[in-house]
Formats: sequence, C-alpha cells, structure tokens
Amino acid sequence: MADVSLRKVIKRYDDVEAVRGIDLDIADHEFIVLVGPSGCGKSTTLRMIAGLEDISDGDIMIGGDVVNDVPPKDRDIAMVFQNYALYPHMTVAENMSFGLRLKHYPKAEIKARVTEAARLLDITDLIDRKPKQLSGGQRQRVAMGRAIVRNPKVFLFDEPLSNLDAKLRVQMRIEIKKVHQKVRTTTVYVTHDQVEAMTLADRVVVMNKGRIEQIGTPNELYHKPATRFVAGFIGSPAMNFIPCRLEDAAGTLQIRLTDRIAFALPPARAARYNALPRTDGLLLGIRPEHLTESHAHLDPGVETFDTVLDVTEPMGMETLVYFGLDGTPVCGRVNPNAGAKDGAPMRLAMDLNNMHLLNEQTGVVL
Amino acid sequence: MSTMAIDKAGPTRKLGSMSRDRAWALRWSYFFLVLFAIFFLTPPVYMLITSLKSSAEISAATNPWWVFHPTLSNYIELLTSNQFLRFFWNSSIISIVVVIVTMMISIPAAFALARMKFWGSATLATGVFLTYLIPDSLLFIPLFKMLGVVQDLTGITLLNRWYVLVFIYPTLTVPFCTWIMIGYFASIPKELDEAAIIDGASWLQTLLRIFIPVALPGLIAATIFAFTVSWAQFLYPLVFTTSIDQLVLPVGITTTLIKGDVFNWGQIMTGALLGAAPPLIIYAFLMDYYIAGLTAGATKG
Repeated sequence: MADVSLRKVIKRYDDVEAVRGIDLDIADHEFIVLVGPSGCGKSTTLRMIAGLEDISDGDIMIGGDVVNDVPPKDRDIAMVFQNYALYPHMTVAENMSFGLRLKHYPKAEIKARVTEAARLLDITDLIDRKPKQLSGGQRQRVAMGRAIVRNPKVFLFDEPLSNLDAKLRVQMRIEIKKVHQKVRTTTVYVTHDQVEAMTLADRVVVMNKGRIEQIGTPNELYHKPATRFVAGFIGSPAMNFIPCRLEDAAGTLQIRLTDRIAFALPPARAARYNALPRTDGLLLGIRPEHLTESHAHLDPGVETFDTVLDVTEPMGMETLVYFGLDGTPVCGRVNPNAGAKDGAPMRLAMDLNNMHLLNEQTGVVL
Repeated sequence: MSTMAIDKAGPTRKLGSMSRDRAWALRWSYFFLVLFAIFFLTPPVYMLITSLKSSAEISAATNPWWVFHPTLSNYIELLTSNQFLRFFWNSSIISIVVVIVTMMISIPAAFALARMKFWGSATLATGVFLTYLIPDSLLFIPLFKMLGVVQDLTGITLLNRWYVLVFIYPTLTVPFCTWIMIGYFASIPKELDEAAIIDGASWLQTLLRIFIPVALPGLIAATIFAFTVSWAQFLYPLVFTTSIDQLVLPVGITTTLIKGDVFNWGQIMTGALLGAAPPLIIYAFLMDYYIAGLTAGATKG
C-alpha cells in the first residue's frame, strides 16, 4: 500500500513527445482511472509507473521514494495486461505463484496466498488448468489473481477488459470493483472506455495529446467539465455543442442559438456569464438528457422550442432524437411515450440550469 | 468445411461450383503428390533393393528392380565392421556436440536479438542471416588456413582430428538456428516478458522459465536442423579429416567402400541407408513439433 506521485513526467520518443509533463498525486488506497482516446499517452504513463518505459524527464514516486531508476521488479507493483499475458505453459496456480517462487517464498505461504486469491476471484476450480483451457473472463481473473498474490504496493491495469465481449466486460467491471473494495490496494487503471472510467474510479484523469485535461471524481467531470474535450468525452451520447451568442434583451441576458431561437438565461447563469462579451465564438454545451420533450409544468430555467426531428432511435427506456439547429446536429433524449417520429415536428424543452458555455476558440468551459 | 455445409443443406441440389472446384483441386493435388512421391522415393527404394543383393547379383544382367536372392550379408558385414561402427560413432558424437554447442550459442543470441533492443541489434540480426548465405565451399579454404595457423601457434593438433568438426559445423548451424529462433521469439507477445519482469524475473530467468518452454517447438525445429546439417555434412569432413579412424559416416562410406574404380555397391547402399536412419527416426518422432516450428510466426503462438 502506498501513494504514487508523478512530477512533471515527460516521455519523448525520438522527436515525438508522447507524454508532455504530467503532475498527478494518487492517494493510498485510491482507485485512479486514466482515460482518453488512443494515443493520448495514458498507457505510456502507466508503463512509466510500472518501469517498463524509461521516463525522459520528471520524477515518479511510489510510497515517497523516487523510483525513476528502480527496475520494475523492485518497485513492488503488479500489472494486469490487456491480453492477460498469462504464461501459456504453466497452470493457473503456477501462473499466480510465479512471482512468489522467484522470490523464494516458503511453499506453505505461496499455497496459502494462491488459495486465498483464487477464493477471492472464484477460480478455485480452475487452479490446475492451463490458460488455453480458460475463457477470456477466466483468464482475466487469473491475471488479476497473479497481481493479488504478490500483495504489491500498487496495482496497474492496462485496458484489462478490452478483449472481453460487452456483457462480460460489465460483469468483470463489477468484479474488479469488488476486489478493490476488499484488498484496498492503490490502483491505476487505464482505459479508453469512459463508462469503465466513470463506474470504477474514485477519481478520473482525462488525458488528451499527452496532457492531463482534468482530474476529478466521476460526478465532477460529468457536471463540471473544465474543457470542451472533457465535456465531449465523458457521457454517452456525447454533449451537444451549439454555436451561440449572448444578447441583452429587456434587462435580461439571453442566449441566441438561431435567428428564431433565443432563451432568457436563469438568474444564476445570467450573473455568471454577464461579464462576457456579446459576440460570436461561444458554444452552448448541453447534454442530451437536458433536451427532453416539453410538458405542461416546466421548472424555471427550462425553455421550449419547436423543431423537426431527422432521426429517432428507440432505446427502450428512452428514445434518442436527432435534429439540426442551423446545421448543427443535436441529440436529445425523450420519453419513449412522447410520440417522437422520424421527420415529425416536436416541441422540446432545454434545461438551461444544466447548460455549459464554452469558448469556441480555446475550448475552455466558462 | 463450407462445401460440407452446402452439401448438407441441399442433398438433392446439383453440386455447387465450390465443390466442383474443390474436387478438381483435390485431383490435381493428388496427381502432383503421387508424382513427387514417386520422384523422391525411387532412389531410397532402389537403395534398399540394391542393399539386399549380393555383389554377384548386382553385377548380373537381371532386372535391377527385383531381388531374386535376398541376403542380409551387406548389413551383417557393415554392422560387424569396426571401421563402419567407428564412422557411425564419430558422426553421432560430432552431431550431438554440435547440436549442444549450437543451442547454447543460438538461444541466448536469438533472445538478445529478438528482445533486448540495443544499438545495432536489427543490423546484427540481418547480418547473422547473411552469414548463412555464404556457401561452405567458399569458406573451407580460409577456415583450413585459419586452423592451420591456430595449430602452429598453440601446438594443439586440430587438422585431421574429428573434434575439429565440432568447431567448424557451428559456422553453418548457428546462423540459421539463430535466425529461425529470432522469428520464433519475436512471435511471443511482448507482454509475456513484461509480465515476467514485473513478477521479478531477470533476463536469464525470463529466457529459461518463459521463453524456452513457450518456444519449445521452435527450439526442436532448430535442433533437428542442426542435427541434420551436422549429420549430412560432407565437404568439411572430407577436407579436414583424412585418417580412417577420424572419418564421419558420409565421407567414410565413400572413401573406404570405393577402392579406385571398384564400387562396392551393396555396402555403399547399405551404409547410406543405415546412415539415413537416425535423422529419419528423429523426424518421425518430432515431426509435429518440427512443422509447428517452421510455421512459427505465421500465426501468433
């Protein structure tokens, strides 16, 4: 058990900077998820913590000690790989105990630890099988078991669920969360799947182009994204970004989306945005769930407008509706009983209490 | 597979073009397979027939493809001759030592070239392969000269001693074995050695406990190759050894059983057949591994 700190960590490959100065403090017992699109540097960051990649600049500390030049085996970490990386010629028990056997642990203790980890992961029956006799989910459990028996300071997961089918992925996600609740080992988990990130993490680190965009709890990232990248990356379907302009009208601040559609901002929002220039170059960020069907009793700050739907997607518990506002495609989520039809007109309600305003140029949420 | 599915789906349907294509492909395959089988099996069959004949019958003007008075005298004579057993022993000991030496050089070399990325490792790997392309008929003169110099400087007799071949054969076997094992090691997922490193294994432990067991089919293929090359080598032993008691099987047979223009055909054929037996037996037992090794890299291991 230990905390992990990254100080201005940089990774250069020849003349390409894959990681461009990462500062990150991970508390003891914390479950941190690094998330971002492919090539954002998240895996490289993880591999640098593991010691599988040298760092070009900066410091990595595990448990307060700088480990820049410490080889992986002396960092007291365990790693779970995307393709499981089980040793194909060893049984499950041998796979799990390999690290302990290399360190010459007493046989009785190895057996006790393997038995305990197998029980925790519910793979006791598989202990004498070879990896090729296991399903993907079982292999993933063994890979986790191999990490757990070592009782390391830090767990590192590199996209561990990406090779599993969708249903199993959900199941294993819960499994990983349960294991973490039991063993409480500091965990760094890399994924490109924002749902995994949101469901597993104590705190999520959103990365883009080798930099950290934002660090926060899943709820913070969802409700208070700092940048357009985070706002668009977290949440599915993604947040809508609609070009808009602020206007003064009859003593109130209003936001104009099209020639036809303009809404008065709720007082709290109006106060927050009042100092902004009344020019173009702003984006209204609104999540699909804040674009719903209109009904008789609207809360304050919820404004209605009429539009014609392009496409509807019934999902069962909700129906996604797609339409255009001056050419900008927009997605909303309506009640499946609201009567949304392809090509039909519909009155929608926008909850401006949950809106975001972004600078189109810088991508910063204002 | 797919044709079977089609046939099952519609038993009364006319044969689809797929299965007709397949039938023709099979006919052609069998035609060529039989052709090649005849082509390649004729010499050994002829050897077997000849080995069962007496010298008188071989020189008689009867049907050469039939044995009228089969005899095992050639076999008995050879297997009781100290000379022949000496050749056999020399060949065996040389081949076994060469295989061991080759593996002890090639495995670490291939591991280093495949996994430890160091300056010039890619060039070195290609270089290893290129040395294999230099024919031994070009190498034997400088090698002979070199060994002569070493012999003069150290006073250790190297020329005309069977053990000199143990030093020379690896020049043929090491490059090729290293090359195929680089390919085999490279097909092992990178994560496997990373997992081992994180588990606390050193490079040597990773090689011994992960790479060698996982790459075993490739190692066996390389072993068979090294054995076959050493066993069948003719030019080097012909050049480097001359005394009868230092000869290996292929050279021994041709030098002792051909006296001037007198060819002892029966014994030559018997000796060749007996000499071909060990590699044949090894192939038969390890064939599956050998094929798995040669096709390594085609699919992920």
